[in-house]
Amino acid sequence: MNPLPSEEYVHKCTTACAGCTSSLSLRYVLKAAGPDTVLVVPACCTAVLQGVYPATAMNVTVYNIAFAAAAATAAGMAAAFRRQGRSTNVICYAGDGGTVDIGIQALSGALERSTDFLYICYDNEAYGNTGMQRSGSTPIGAVTTTTPAGKIDQKKDIDRIVAAHNIPYMATASAAYPQDLYAKVKKALSIPGPKFIHLLSPCPPGWRYSAERSVEVGKLAVKTGLWVLYEREHGQLKINPVSKTAMKRPVPIEDYLSVQGRFRGISKEAERALKASMEQQHRRLLAEEAGAC
Amino acid sequence: MLTTATGNKAVAAAAKEARPGVVAAYPITPQTEIVEQLANYVADGSLDADYIPVESEHSAMAACIGASAAGVRTFTATSSHGLLYMHEMLHWAAGARTPVVMANVNRALGPGWNTWAEHTDAFSQRDTGWLQVFVSTVQEAYDATLMAFRIAEDERVILPVMVNLDGFSLSHITQSLETVEVGDFIPQFHLSHAIDTEHPRGYGTMTGPDIYYRFRWDIERSMRASREVIAETEAEFARRFGRVYGPVEEYRSEDADVVIVALGTLGKEAEVAVDSLRDDGVKAGSMRLRWFRPFPRLDLSGREVVVIDRDYSFGFGGVIAQSIRATTRAEPCSVIAGLGGQEVTYDDIARFVREREAGKETWFGVSD
Repeated sequence: MNPLPSEEYVHKCTTACAGCTSSLSLRYVLKAAGPDTVLVVPACCTAVLQGVYPATAMNVTVYNIAFAAAAATAAGMAAAFRRQGRSTNVICYAGDGGTVDIGIQALSGALERSTDFLYICYDNEAYGNTGMQRSGSTPIGAVTTTTPAGKIDQKKDIDRIVAAHNIPYMATASAAYPQDLYAKVKKALSIPGPKFIHLLSPCPPGWRYSAERSVEVGKLAVKTGLWVLYEREHGQLKINPVSKTAMKRPVPIEDYLSVQGRFRGISKEAERALKASMEQQHRRLLAEEAGAC
Repeated sequence: MLTTATGNKAVAAAAKEARPGVVAAYPITPQTEIVEQLANYVADGSLDADYIPVESEHSAMAACIGASAAGVRTFTATSSHGLLYMHEMLHWAAGARTPVVMANVNRALGPGWNTWAEHTDAFSQRDTGWLQVFVSTVQEAYDATLMAFRIAEDERVILPVMVNLDGFSLSHITQSLETVEVGDFIPQFHLSHAIDTEHPRGYGTMTGPDIYYRFRWDIERSMRASREVIAETEAEFARRFGRVYGPVEEYRSEDADVVIVALGTLGKEAEVAVDSLRDDGVKAGSMRLRWFRPFPRLDLSGREVVVIDRDYSFGFGGVIAQSIRATTRAEPCSVIAGLGGQEVTYDDIARFVREREAGKETWFGVSD
């Protein structure tokens, strides 16, 4: 294990829920990014957990902006900084609703236009800030306040959408693997142009498990193979060893589902669909890594 | 330099002269020529700016806000549905105190699709905290765009400014244009609350009921202060470049019994109507409103008033007629005319005056 910088940019006074992994992850993101950073935050949990004006729990510049506007705001900001000769990191830190749903147009535009920024989607698979309504990123079978009988649609595959923009760097990450997250943010910020990191963020109140199990749930997501850790640098895919292992010898997905209240009562069909889509993703990623596509 | 230009080209030339660092642009008729021209300036090197060809107007305004917050002068242009699509970010630009300058080429709203002039697009943004000026000639489009930057960026204002010009009837009309070398008329861009990562701050952090209203009051305080800044800027412009502007352009109104109030190109057309009415012995005058926000203070005492609205607030009335009622003691005759580019001639305007009836609302062409 490499020692991480001791500087803290997320103070202990956030108003995040107990066991919140988006704030935990942000701590490592900012350790990797350092102080010359602007965090662009649309409507999401991070907009709230900073605290209330005039206080803030953040020790970097945070620019809050409207729900659909994070990537476009970052585009203007990055252009302005670069023309002033400033190398300031511009990092969007947005939830899944602000990324795969309402913010997808601005995100796609900013990726396509070679914007020099890093977009991190912390994905708790629902609209957490408003009390857990389904988003495009909610997995099939999950109960949310707007899918009381379980979601009937599949999770939107934002990573394939992002990959279609042929950006220089994209990765997946997990709050349960902070060293990996740190390294990926570091690498992303060393590359000019648009970068994207999709970060799975287990959410105790939303996923309905007790707060002390956040890291365990995050690890289960990876070890079952439901969440695959990888990075794609200039088109070259590299799957993390932990995910390679999970693909070969997965922990049963029931172990992941059964610890979460949101999957209580999931239908056999939904569970099969979840598994089938996971296996399809594994085949696709392994083939891509082997250079077969 | 004396030349000729369309309204759109004049706006683009003025925007170039103001040296914005970031131009975020999305095309829409009848504004498109402005962002095309700015793209040409950037491509030929005559404007050193980052041109961000965004994927929507919502993103155009978001990019301008981000760039402005990062300490760079910004410009964009839009029309009609583009302006409406920006609506959320217009509020944000004013609330975030980013002095973005934007040209809005006034155009009607669908359905049905209509690309001709109307003011409802701009008036729908009246409560966003933007200053709004309406122009009536190519020269004025140029001059008002230049002044907009100085007004928006003044320490006493720090609010965004929208320059409105009528679609086609001004945007695509060619007239003579005297360009200027702006020199230090527009100072270096300076935003005291621009992002400085050595002194990190939270922008737009959650703000509770105990203090939120103060930020709203700050906007209004700046809007009130902008009257003085506008007057100073217009006076300085007149001193340097010789052309005189004010909140209202009055024409033969001093001894008038009846005054026509209108905006944009119809406000200019009204001057021709005034001449023809005077020839017939009617003591008419006109007041062309230039500023819509802040709304001008008019002295209409002792005069009859005919207001021409190229807009409508359904269930309420013509926006300018109602604004005149709210801010003066006048009981205007309200004429709704020119919607969606409806042809309105000076003869028509003269007829509105001859057939005026205080307090009455008439829709031109819907007399039945």
